[in-house]
Amino acid sequence: MASRNTWRKFLNAFMFSLTGLCAFTAVGFLFFILGYLLWNGGRALNWAFFTHLPTPVGEAGGGMANALVGSAKLLLLASLVGVPMGFLGGVYLAEFGGRTFSFFVRYTTDLLNGVPSIVMGIFAYTVVVLPMRHFSTLAGGLALGVMMIPIAVRSTEESLRTVPQTLREGALALGASKWKTVASVVVPAAIRGIVTGFVLDLARVAGETAPLLFTAFSNRFWSLGWNQPTASLPVMIYTYAIAPYEDWHRQAWAAGLVLLLLVLVANIGARLLVTGRMSVHQV
Amino acid sequence: MPGFPKKWWPKKSRPLRRSINMASLPITVERAGLEHRARNFLRRLRSGDEIAHLITLLAAAGILLVTGLLIYELFANSPLPRQKFGWAFLAGRTWDPVMENFGALPFIYGTVVSSALALLLAVPLGVGAAIFLSELAPPGISNALTFVIELLAAVPSVIYGLLGIFVLVPTLRTVVQPFLKTTLGFLPLFQGPMFGVGMLAAGVVLAIMIIPFIISISREVLLAVPVAQREAALAVGATRWEATWRVVVPFARAGILASVFLALGRALGETMAVTMVIGNDPRISASLFAPGYSIAAVIANEFAEATSDLHLQVLIELGLVLFFLTIVINALTRLVILSTTGRGTAH
Amino acid sequence: MRKLAVPVVLLFVSLNLWAGCLLAAPAAPSDAILINGAGATFPYPIYSKWFSDYNKLHPDIQINYQSIGSGGGIRQLQAGTVDFGASDAPMTDEQLSQATTKVLHFPTVLGAVVPTYNISGVSQELNFTPEVLADIFLGKITKWNDPALAKVNKGVSLPDEDVVVVHRSDGSGTSFVWTDYLSKVSSEWQTKVGKGTSVNWPVGLGGKGNEGVAGLVKQTPGTLGYVELIYAVQNKLAYGRVRNSAGAFVKAALAGVTAAAASVAKQMPQDFRVSITNPPGKAAYPISSFTYLLIPTKIDDPAKKKALTDFLHWMLSDGQKEAEPLSYARLPKEVVAKEVQTIAQID
Repeated sequence: MASRNTWRKFLNAFMFSLTGLCAFTAVGFLFFILGYLLWNGGRALNWAFFTHLPTPVGEAGGGMANALVGSAKLLLLASLVGVPMGFLGGVYLAEFGGRTFSFFVRYTTDLLNGVPSIVMGIFAYTVVVLPMRHFSTLAGGLALGVMMIPIAVRSTEESLRTVPQTLREGALALGASKWKTVASVVVPAAIRGIVTGFVLDLARVAGETAPLLFTAFSNRFWSLGWNQPTASLPVMIYTYAIAPYEDWHRQAWAAGLVLLLLVLVANIGARLLVTGRMSVHQV
Repeated sequence: MPGFPKKWWPKKSRPLRRSINMASLPITVERAGLEHRARNFLRRLRSGDEIAHLITLLAAAGILLVTGLLIYELFANSPLPRQKFGWAFLAGRTWDPVMENFGALPFIYGTVVSSALALLLAVPLGVGAAIFLSELAPPGISNALTFVIELLAAVPSVIYGLLGIFVLVPTLRTVVQPFLKTTLGFLPLFQGPMFGVGMLAAGVVLAIMIIPFIISISREVLLAVPVAQREAALAVGATRWEATWRVVVPFARAGILASVFLALGRALGETMAVTMVIGNDPRISASLFAPGYSIAAVIANEFAEATSDLHLQVLIELGLVLFFLTIVINALTRLVILSTTGRGTAH
Repeated sequence: MRKLAVPVVLLFVSLNLWAGCLLAAPAAPSDAILINGAGATFPYPIYSKWFSDYNKLHPDIQINYQSIGSGGGIRQLQAGTVDFGASDAPMTDEQLSQATTKVLHFPTVLGAVVPTYNISGVSQELNFTPEVLADIFLGKITKWNDPALAKVNKGVSLPDEDVVVVHRSDGSGTSFVWTDYLSKVSSEWQTKVGKGTSVNWPVGLGGKGNEGVAGLVKQTPGTLGYVELIYAVQNKLAYGRVRNSAGAFVKAALAGVTAAAASVAKQMPQDFRVSITNPPGKAAYPISSFTYLLIPTKIDDPAKKKALTDFLHWMLSDGQKEAEPLSYARLPKEVVAKEVQTIAQID
């Protein structure tokens, strides 16, 4: 009996140590990624990276200035597409929706969320690039924008649902109409969660490469306006990483570091914004 | 956390459907009929409710439209493969652009196997970590570690690919694969030349990418298990581990399963990281060391340059196949969730 | 901390977007002409130099060239999404008929496709016969110390290791040149695989672009792939000698490529579509190729048309000087003269 208990105690300690190992391994992955990028990317990061255009193969001193700007433009377009539709759709589901229609909208939003990013790229190619006969920032922005919609809808709806019913009823009791309630009372109460959702959404979409491969294409020069192909950070990382040139590898690390830092800062900032605490589910 | 639902659509707690604008109530209740309804409508219109309703409805309808358009475009732009191959397309094994003979099987195989391998590696690690974070770790550490792990989900896929090429692949080629070959080389899984790139590399990269999803959701689900269950187990003399493994985890089984399906859905659609490490060879091979190809990877590689109309449409058809795969996984996840909320376990 | 989080995040995001818009404003002359082209990776080193130098000479003309593979160049030109294409493989009659306007081929430079390898412990140059190359790519020769290889490489101790074949995963003119050569020298290859920009490779890993193949070969020991000469040189990869039709083992060099072109220079067809693999001549390098710019005859925008035609004139005169430092061979004089005449056909 005693030996069985010893075994059970041993198993207890052993299994929990094992799970602890699992947890620290998972955590370790992130720190490894961050550290590796900081080391390799940090060494390659210089002023030229931020201000120069890409140079021909073999010539040193190239940078990714146009990719940085291009990514910013694409994200701007994406938010113009994704934010209004996502926000209004979320408001509909939370405040105005009927039962069956809302069910379909939610189901479709889930569906859209599950669309692989490469398929989104095909969609934007057939709908924008082919008719326009042009690779363009517009097409890339559209692809990214449509990817933003599902998460924007979901986060808006969830944030609105956390607003207590009493708040709404109070406003209505004072004589406000429905839309006034929503606009002046409910949304502001939930604004923090909504904004967080959008920031997280934007950060996720900022790192997407596949939808841009055959929509925004790429560009060795500055991309003027919205009608031309544009370089973007993720696509440049991809192109440079699979090439054999050392100089390009260096730049890929630097770009990777910049992208990762942008995404992490947005994520951390947004998290702290909504909860003021560290984790989504507080123990 | 980006990319997946924290709370599944909760049960109804809907606000009032219509506004009660005191001023608009008719003075005499008997006044029914068209005139009364029209006046009511105009009042609501002026007060802006109908417009707001309409605008948001349009946005919601827009979402339906966009998704419908997406599916339509995919279908409409891929008639040739269905005409030429029919259902046999899904079982075809050759990928011969010269002879215009295309088959989807190597890619379906590659997608499924790399995702399955990823699950095999990620689920034990993820559930183990979740158990640690929910049961054993003190609250502060648990929250901090979860925060960090959830950040892992935010890392862009191309960065995983970058690290895959320069860190994972050489490590696999020089350390891991020779080790596996010498110890487990009798299995057909670990035979053949060792390139570094291949199915194993893809599986490992995908595993790291989906771990945060499994950990995050499983942890939430485990935390939601009623304390009474744990206490009951401990009260009859179980060790903490036994209580966890035999009572808490089975109780949260459905939620953990849901997290696995979610992670699977994510793994299936992953493009960039897989393209960079899978070896890009449309071959079905028993060995994990062999290169393979996934649906998303072949579309990324060949779409911009498909040499013939049939080739291009075959790629779009493959996109449809992938889409349906993710729909099925999605539906399975929802089913699991539905059965969950019915029994009152997770969330 | 919490109070700061809101403004910090908003500031951060808006700074990015604002900077983007600001910088997106004229960073180039507002009347800049942007011409988009895509295609072969084979000549990418010289094309990127040409377009960059031309832009320095004419700052208002930006020619944006993306190397996505010859197949991509042809396909995007057919779809009309780029202004010009580039390919090592001349367009077939069928492809020409699918384009919206008549397309002209303009040879730009000559290059060589070399068998490049990475064998640990072997630093000498290897000799390859056509049969050996075909058999390796067919999967019949699997070890480096195969007797057929050893026979032509006396004095080199080849290791008992697997040959890892690397080919292109994308639609490639370099692949076309390589498979065109193999089809000419091996009837088995001709019947089993054939020639094309994308073929059903019997064995091997796939790399994206010449860059991808060079990258794979560089990082993986035991590999044998094929790349354009400059990619092997720039990445300090070893490449072997190939036996030509006259029986001599020739290492790819400008002289050999020029000799290969000389055999057809005088009888160049009017549309310049020609194959110069496995040519007669003692000094000729057997796997050489022209590479072409694919220019549509009808260009709607007069500014673009002028820019393109001016560039072509520059390319045929000053541009040719930049070819040799990058290991490409200049065009023969007769070909240049014919091309200058053809430029007039662009409307």
